[in-house]
Amino acid sequence: MGLILFILFGSIAIIFSLGLIFFKNQIYNALCLIVTLSALGGIFALLNAPFIAVVQIIIYAGAIMVLFVFVIMTINLKKGLPPERKKWPARLAIIIGIILFLELLLAILRVGGLFPPSASPAGTPANLGELLFSTFIYPFEITSVLIVAALVGAIVLGKKRNQE
Amino acid sequence: MANYFWMIPFFPALSVVLFLLFGRLMSKKYVSFQACFSVLLSFVFSLFAFIHLLSLPSSSLPLVKKLFTWILSGNFQANFSLQLDPLSSVMTLVVTGVGFLIHVYSVGYMAEDRSYTRYFTQLNLFTFAMLILVMASNIVLMFVGWEGVGLCSYLLIGFWFEKHSAANAGKKAFIVNRIGDAAFLLGIFLIFSHLGSGEFTVINQALSQHQLALPLATLIAILLFVGATGKSAQIPLYVWLPDAMEGPTPVSALIHAATMVTAGVYMVARLNHLYSFTPSAAQIVAIVGAITAVFAGTIALTQNDIKRVLAYSTISQIGYMFMGCGVGAYAAGMFHLVTHAFFKSLLFLAAGSVMHALSGELNMQKMGGLKKYLPQTYPTFLIGAIAISGIPFFSGFFSKDAILTSAYAQGNYLVWTLGIFGAVLTAFYMFRLIFLTFHGPERMDEEVKKHIHESPPVMTIPLVILAILSIVGGYIGLPAVVGKEANWFFKFLTPVISHHEEVHLSLSTEWLLILASTVVALTGIFIAYVLYLKKPSLPHQMVARFPRAYRLLVNKYYVDEAYNYIFVQPTIKGSELVYQHFDLKVIDGAVNGTATSAGFSGKIISYLHTGLIKDYALAILLGAIILLGYLLL
Amino acid sequence: MIPINLIFIFGLVLFSIGLIAFFVKRDLITMFMAVELMLNAANLIFIGFAQAFASLEGQIIVFFVITVAAAEAAIGLAIVMLIFRQKKTVKTEDLNLMKG
Repeated sequence: MGLILFILFGSIAIIFSLGLIFFKNQIYNALCLIVTLSALGGIFALLNAPFIAVVQIIIYAGAIMVLFVFVIMTINLKKGLPPERKKWPARLAIIIGIILFLELLLAILRVGGLFPPSASPAGTPANLGELLFSTFIYPFEITSVLIVAALVGAIVLGKKRNQE
Repeated sequence: MANYFWMIPFFPALSVVLFLLFGRLMSKKYVSFQACFSVLLSFVFSLFAFIHLLSLPSSSLPLVKKLFTWILSGNFQANFSLQLDPLSSVMTLVVTGVGFLIHVYSVGYMAEDRSYTRYFTQLNLFTFAMLILVMASNIVLMFVGWEGVGLCSYLLIGFWFEKHSAANAGKKAFIVNRIGDAAFLLGIFLIFSHLGSGEFTVINQALSQHQLALPLATLIAILLFVGATGKSAQIPLYVWLPDAMEGPTPVSALIHAATMVTAGVYMVARLNHLYSFTPSAAQIVAIVGAITAVFAGTIALTQNDIKRVLAYSTISQIGYMFMGCGVGAYAAGMFHLVTHAFFKSLLFLAAGSVMHALSGELNMQKMGGLKKYLPQTYPTFLIGAIAISGIPFFSGFFSKDAILTSAYAQGNYLVWTLGIFGAVLTAFYMFRLIFLTFHGPERMDEEVKKHIHESPPVMTIPLVILAILSIVGGYIGLPAVVGKEANWFFKFLTPVISHHEEVHLSLSTEWLLILASTVVALTGIFIAYVLYLKKPSLPHQMVARFPRAYRLLVNKYYVDEAYNYIFVQPTIKGSELVYQHFDLKVIDGAVNGTATSAGFSGKIISYLHTGLIKDYALAILLGAIILLGYLLL
Repeated sequence: MIPINLIFIFGLVLFSIGLIAFFVKRDLITMFMAVELMLNAANLIFIGFAQAFASLEGQIIVFFVITVAAAEAAIGLAIVMLIFRQKKTVKTEDLNLMKG
């Protein structure tokens, strides 16, 4: 059952991420990405990480991608762009990307057999919270500071200049 | 007190340091005082050392004082150590004694010069270097002193450096010296490579135990002698000495008559065991000395510059000293060194007095009849001339006779003949000088005549002292005709100088030889008298009859021109060529090329900085791939 | 249930797609979206490892990654806005002020 769902979600994710490459319209790109991220959230849920799955959907697919859509709308580019002057960097990049893929594939295959998914603890908020507030307390606090900094930075950067 | 003999060189050295640090603040009077007093102190110490030596048994000699280890590199060790033995004692007495008199004379001679302090600094520095040379106990330290006196010679010859001729003369002296020094260094290297040490005691011991093969020892002896020809102005490296007369006259007296040029003779005497061991090298020394003596004497016949005559005379007399050393009579050579120091410095200082009186006139053709104007200079000059000519009862006679007698006794008749001929020449050109300068009609310019004055006492008193020494100085080495053991000087030097074959001549032969040298000296004087006083037109007639011979002599056999053509011009042209093709193109090219290539490669790499994000990301990706590939494969 | 290797391969595929998209696209915003996709692929692999090693630390890491990615997205988009204000374009070919 889990496997079928996994394959389903997985295929959706891959197909729509391919859409990210092939669509020229930026809104279409954003929408494809939203579907992909949601599918990923589903996969997370299958992998015994419910909390993360929900966080993914709310924050990533919900907040971040909406932010992207806002910015795309604000910028309001005309449709399409003139053809590229130099074609060869893109082609080279594709080749290199394929090479990287193959290398990493090799790495994974070398690792060997399947790890039996033994009794792994469920990723419930309670369990995660236990770990978060004991071992990972420092990263937690620092991350909150980071968010404040990002907040302030984004506001400062976003202000119109002639208001100063 | 005698154990402090090692302090002898350091009084002038201290004086130099004080001059360098505080010279600007010193008054002229103080400068004179410090310069002369430091040399006087050295002389006093030398005197005490000498007296102490007299009481020491010869087995305790030499007294060596090592001051510090100067070079220590693996097996190579050279120490800064000074030694006291009869030979070095004689030399220190001469250097400091005559040096002191010349310092005093210089106070008067250089009184109006604007670089007064610099002069005395350099003169003291010279004294220090010369003392190191004669007191060194190993050949490396001696070479240090050797180079030091060469440096001071350069500085003092070119003392009036704004004059082109003086600057060039200084350069010439140093460069020609250097050529000799190269050979000297080769000799030192050979000594060190085969004996491991440069100490004279070690060398002498090795020679007595036959540790050196004869061909090698001969080579060393010849190489060192080549160095001596440079320093002591013998053939072929004598050409700097006549030019060196550009320097102040007291400098000529001290450096180019009494002390520096005799350094070569001292070196041969110091290494007398080596030269006795290698008869072929010794013969070369004697022959070169003899030929030089005659060669220089012939040139001196025709020179009109009063100092040039004395310069060639010096070259000639040093030839006599080498003659003596070459035939094995090292003590005779040293004896001549001592007496020559007295009368040659006297002659130079007196010539300086004459020039001083005549406002700097050098040309003898423009002098004459000065006898009545210079009542103190003339007698001293005359005494010097008589001494150098080898007239009996004056010092030159005793020393020259000792050399010639030894040559004859060794069977070296060629050397003896050349020596006798040289004696004729010596007497002739010296008295030619006397007659032209002090006797005869007055040929001075009117302007010069108005200012003629005798020199001040600070200049004439040293002249008198040197004149007295020129007379009595000979009595320390009386010949065998007076008594078997009469030669005190030779006896004094016995611990240092090995008297190998003491060939004894019969008394009658000795008297005959004395007679011969006296007769030739008187002959020379008589010829000069005839030519320059009795019949003054005769020289001109002789010149008219032998114009080519005369020109050859006046132009010094064109040796300078030959050297210039063979050595100097090719060197200059060669270095120009090297400069054009190697220095400019290769070396500058390499340096500029490095700079250019750095800039060029930078420019090429800057193409990577396109400013586009994608290119940078591509680079990162490439790096990641390579790294992963390396880790995986 | 789910073979872990499959998860890894799946995450790798997503990562490569994001990588290629980054190089193919020419405007800044879409490139940024490709970066987000790569981040998510990494997150997936972390969760996979958490499952494989039976520990929750993988999930904690993903938690932090998401947080930081959010902050970074905010700032990045603010910068994109500024660039657009200045240069009236987000074509990356024209953004070469750092050339040389």
